[in-house]
Parts: sequence; structure tokens; C-alpha cells
Amino acid sequence: MAVAEAKREAAEARIADRPLPKGAKWADEARAAALARVRSMGLPGRRDEYWKFTNPATLVQAEPPAASVLETGESPVFGAVDRLKVVFVDGVFDPAQSDELAMEHIEIQRLSEAAGTDIHWARDLYGALETRGQTPVDRPLAALNTALAEDGVVIRATGRAPKPVSLIYLHKSDSSDAYLHHVIRVESGAELTVLENGPAAARFNKVMEVDVADGGTFHHVCAQGRDHERRSATHVFARLGEESVFKSFTLTVNGVMTRNECVIELTGDRAVTHVAGAAVGDGVFHQDDTVFVTHDAQDCESRQVFKKVLRNGAVGVFQGKILVKPDAQRTDGYQISQSLLLDEDSQFYAKPELEIYADDVQCSHGSTSGAIDEDLLFYLRARGVPRAEAQDMLVIAFLAEALEEIEDRTLADELLGRLEGWMARRRQG
Amino acid sequence: MLEIKNLHVKLEEEDKQIIKGVDLKLEPGKVHAIMGPNGSGKSTLSYVLSGREGYEVTDGTATFDGEDILDMDPEERAAAGLFLAFQYPVEIPGVGNMTFLRTALNAQRKARGDEEISSADFLKLVREKAKELEIGQEMLKRPVNVGFSGGEKKRNEILQMAVLEPRLCILDETDSGLDVDAMKLVADGVNRLRTENRSFLVITHYQRLLNHIVPDVVHIMADGRIVKTGGPELALEVEENGYGDILKEVA
Repeated sequence: MAVAEAKREAAEARIADRPLPKGAKWADEARAAALARVRSMGLPGRRDEYWKFTNPATLVQAEPPAASVLETGESPVFGAVDRLKVVFVDGVFDPAQSDELAMEHIEIQRLSEAAGTDIHWARDLYGALETRGQTPVDRPLAALNTALAEDGVVIRATGRAPKPVSLIYLHKSDSSDAYLHHVIRVESGAELTVLENGPAAARFNKVMEVDVADGGTFHHVCAQGRDHERRSATHVFARLGEESVFKSFTLTVNGVMTRNECVIELTGDRAVTHVAGAAVGDGVFHQDDTVFVTHDAQDCESRQVFKKVLRNGAVGVFQGKILVKPDAQRTDGYQISQSLLLDEDSQFYAKPELEIYADDVQCSHGSTSGAIDEDLLFYLRARGVPRAEAQDMLVIAFLAEALEEIEDRTLADELLGRLEGWMARRRQG
Repeated sequence: MLEIKNLHVKLEEEDKQIIKGVDLKLEPGKVHAIMGPNGSGKSTLSYVLSGREGYEVTDGTATFDGEDILDMDPEERAAAGLFLAFQYPVEIPGVGNMTFLRTALNAQRKARGDEEISSADFLKLVREKAKELEIGQEMLKRPVNVGFSGGEKKRNEILQMAVLEPRLCILDETDSGLDVDAMKLVADGVNRLRTENRSFLVITHYQRLLNHIVPDVVHIMADGRIVKTGGPELALEVEENGYGDILKEVA
């Protein structure tokens, strides 16, 4: 009782003095309903089973802890990709730095604009996939986002988008507390790639709802910002129709606190989903991948590949679940989570779960934790590669298996190249 | 070039003496073979010289061109010109063969104060050496040794040797796991690298490799010591009579 009370008090403290954004009736209703969900669930607490390995305190507390802005002087990630740029600064859309929101085969708008329109396709989705994702596990930070987010994009792909939509999250203020909510609908047979990169804010709460219709294809590649003190809680909610494809990859380097939740429902036969992530943490770093895949149709495939490299006390968490409903026959489910612990101080917590009610399924999962293989290290050194560089080569090789999940090789190679560059820079101090 | 004096080595984590006083002097351009029964300390000698962890030198010295190598890191020894062809080359998933070779070559050049090699020169160099060893593009593209047969792994070792151009090559049981044809290919690769400045220490259990790589000097090692030294004829003696007779003779 006292625990539930504390969670509700945390919710009240967070929403106090924060009026809900105003929009069209449907948007106001969706936000009010989300607020009611937050009030009844309360915000996550230490004692929640779903937060057993990650302390939600700093993601929950009313004011965000400060986070300084990292100035790298590097060229922007995905800068060389031909893309439609949509820039947010501390969670606020910046038209000056963005491209014109227009592209062949897609409709794209700011959330604030869409939410102010009485008749809009997004009304059926905004908060709807998030609500579905609240069962069987509460995800209060996502409901909080649905209630409070003013900005974001809504995208509807009606054909094959000629280039990716690139969401760029700039961080300028030490104390920003940003919410972004994106709604994406990939129509039947359409194809869309969404890129995301940047730290976004001192504290960032992001929700992306993705509805992929029959035969649609959606790719998502995200590089979270490298500002050391930044915190973020992200949710992706996806619903997949028949023979549709949803693939998502997230790279996390730095950040004191990151919780990435991915909730995927396979509702049409022969749908395919791949979710992958690579995380690199050094020192005060806590990164949590929480994935929930529900197979609710036949002959679907799901695949989860997560790799983490941790050193100097960094902490990695993986909670991955595959739920196979009674009628989801011939499900093919796979899940692997692996960590490379570069010292005795770092920690990896893994909680793989399978819950299967159908009788004709193929599901496998595995999790490993290990140190650098000394034999491999010696081999590289015996050929003249200095120890630190040899170790980085093995680290990159370890992470590369997760990056291979990115279908577009150009994007994967860019991220690999970045990792190599960051590691080389780190070696040089 | 390489001078080993009174070398004593034990395992770091247990009180087990493996090498019990080895003296050896290797001149430039020479090929010395070390033969011996299993457990005589041959491979340990190669590991200690190349800097593998887990061994403790309790006495003696090993110098390379007058410099004490025992205090150097493995990468420093490599940059100084020492190369170990492994008995069991490891597989390194995720690291491309070409990337590996290039990183190693450039690291050594950098350590010696030389410029990095250009991509074009590197490609040309590797293609030329690979061709001689019958290593195709496919093998070069794959991750280091992943999915390679035993023979391919050994050829890959020789390719690395050819590209890195060390001055002292230690071959640890390079013939193990090779059929006759593969052994010939590997031996030809080694022979092409023989010059008046480059020395070889060929560690082997059997004499057959020494038919192809003809040594100047043969040492017999047993129980952590070199018990007999002679010319190539010593290897033939082992082939005919086994190690038993020699060991009895020196006992």
C-alpha cells in the first residue's frame, strides 16, 4: 500500500503545474486518458519487478538532474546520408535547421499541428499502441509521455519513401526535460526508414508508436547521444500486420541512465521483426534494454540481438521476453544477449523470458557474459598490434554482430566507423 | 641475432619448472631446428620468446640484437622483428583478415617510426604474397582464420610472415595437421623468405618438415634442456631411431 502510494505521489509531483497541451478534441481526450493512466499506475519505483535492475529514481523525479552538453566538434552522425532532416532542440522542433516537411510518398507533420486538426489519421494511433503496450506490464513513463508531449512528428508512408526521415535531437540546455512523441503509420506495401540521433536533452522521454500495415516495411536506426550525464527513457510500440517487416537497431554510447523499451505485437501472419542494440559504457553508465515481443499470429519470426561492452563499473541490463499466444503456431523466436565485461567492476544483468502457449513453435534464447579472450589478444599483440588497440579491435568485432542486424550496410558501416573513431580517440586520451 | 643464456622458466601459477637452463645462439641467415619429444619445453620456449603471459623467467636472459626481449611487451617484440608462427592459430570472428594484416603492419611501422603504408601499396603487397601461397580473395576477405582448414590457417601464418617481414621467425610445430601437399606449400613459403639477414627457429616434433626447410643446426630438447646439438644429420637420426636412443646416450 505504502509503495503504491509513493508511486502515485511521484506521479502527482511530476504532473503538478504541467498543464496538458491543448489540441483537437481527440488529442485532448487521448492526453486526458493517458494522464488518468499515469495517475492510477503511479510512476515506476525501486520495488517494481520490471525495474528490478534499473533504479528509475532519476527518470521519475520531478526535476531532471543537470547534464552538461558534450561538444565534440565531430561531423554529425548520418550527416553524409541523403535524408529528410527534422531537428529538435531540447525537445522543441526547430524549423530553421530542419528541411521542409515534405517528401514523395509520405505525409509528415509536427505532432502539435496534427493534434490540432479535428480529422486526422493519427487519432486512431496516438496513445493507442502505447495503451495496448500497458498490458501485461505497466509502462507509466510512456503514458506520461502521451499525456505531456507537445512535439514530435507524425508520418504516414503511402509508398516507398525515397530517403530516410532523420530525426535529430540536439541538446543545448543543461537542465532541459524533453518529451517527444512520434506516430508512424506505414500503409500496406509502403516502405519507410527513420533515423534518430542525438542526446535530445538533459533528460529525455520519447515514445514512438509505429503501425505497420500488411506488407509494409519499417526500418529504424538510432544512435543515442554521447553526452555523459544525459538520461533517457525511450519506448517504441509497434504493431505489425500480415507479411510486414519491422527492424530496429539502437546504438548507445555513454549516458548515465538509459532505458530503452521496445514493445512489439505481431498481429498478422508471416510478419517479421528484428530488434537489436549495441551499448558501450565506461564508468558511470547504466543502460537497460527491455524488450517485449508478442506473437499473436502464425508463421511469424522475431529476433532479438543485444550486445554490451562495459568497463570501469558500467552496468548493462537486458530484459527480453517472447510471448507466444495459443494460436501463434509455427512461431520462430530467437533472442541473444551478450556482454563483454572489460574489468571486474562492471556488471551485466540479463533476464531472458519465454512464455509459450502454442505447441508448434521454435524459440531459443541465450545469454553470455565474458571477458576479452586472452588468446585472441595475445595473437593480435604478437603481430605488433598494441594492447589497447588490440582490445578495441576485439570489442568492435564483438559489437559488429549486433550492427549486422542493420539491413542498410551504409548505415551500419557509418556506425562501425564512428565506434572505431571514438575508441581511437579514447586511446589517445 | 638471438642469444639465449641459461634460460629457466616456470609456469606463473604453479610451481612447475618447464625450461631448465637453455643456451642457444642464432646467427643471421641461419635456420636452427629444435626437436624433441612432447613435453620437452619446445613450445614453451616459443611462447616465452614471443611474450605470452603465464610464464615466469626465473633465471637467464634472452637478447635480440643485444637487447633484452624478456622485458618487452609482445607488440614491442613484434615491432623489433620477432615473429611467432602459431601451432594453433586462433580464429578471430568479426576481424577481417585484411584489416588485421594492415593494422598489424601499420602498428609495427609506426612503432619503428616509419610512415603508414598506402592502401594501394598494401593491396599490391598482400596480393603478391597471397598468390605465392595460393591464398585466394575469398580467404583474404573472411574474418581471421574463421572457417579455415588446418592447412589454410598455417598458410595464413606464413602470409602474415611474408607481409610483416620479420628478422627472426619462430615456427612452432608448423607442420602439425598438414598433409604432404600443404606442408610443401608452407615450406616453399618459408624458403622464399630465407635471406642472409633473416633467421629461423623451427620447432618440430618430426623430421619430415626439415626435408623441406633444411636447417643449418639441429638441437634436441628434452626435459627443459638442449641435450644435443648437431647438423641436419641429427634430425635423420631421430627419424630412424626415435628420441629414445639419443636421450639414453646423453643420460
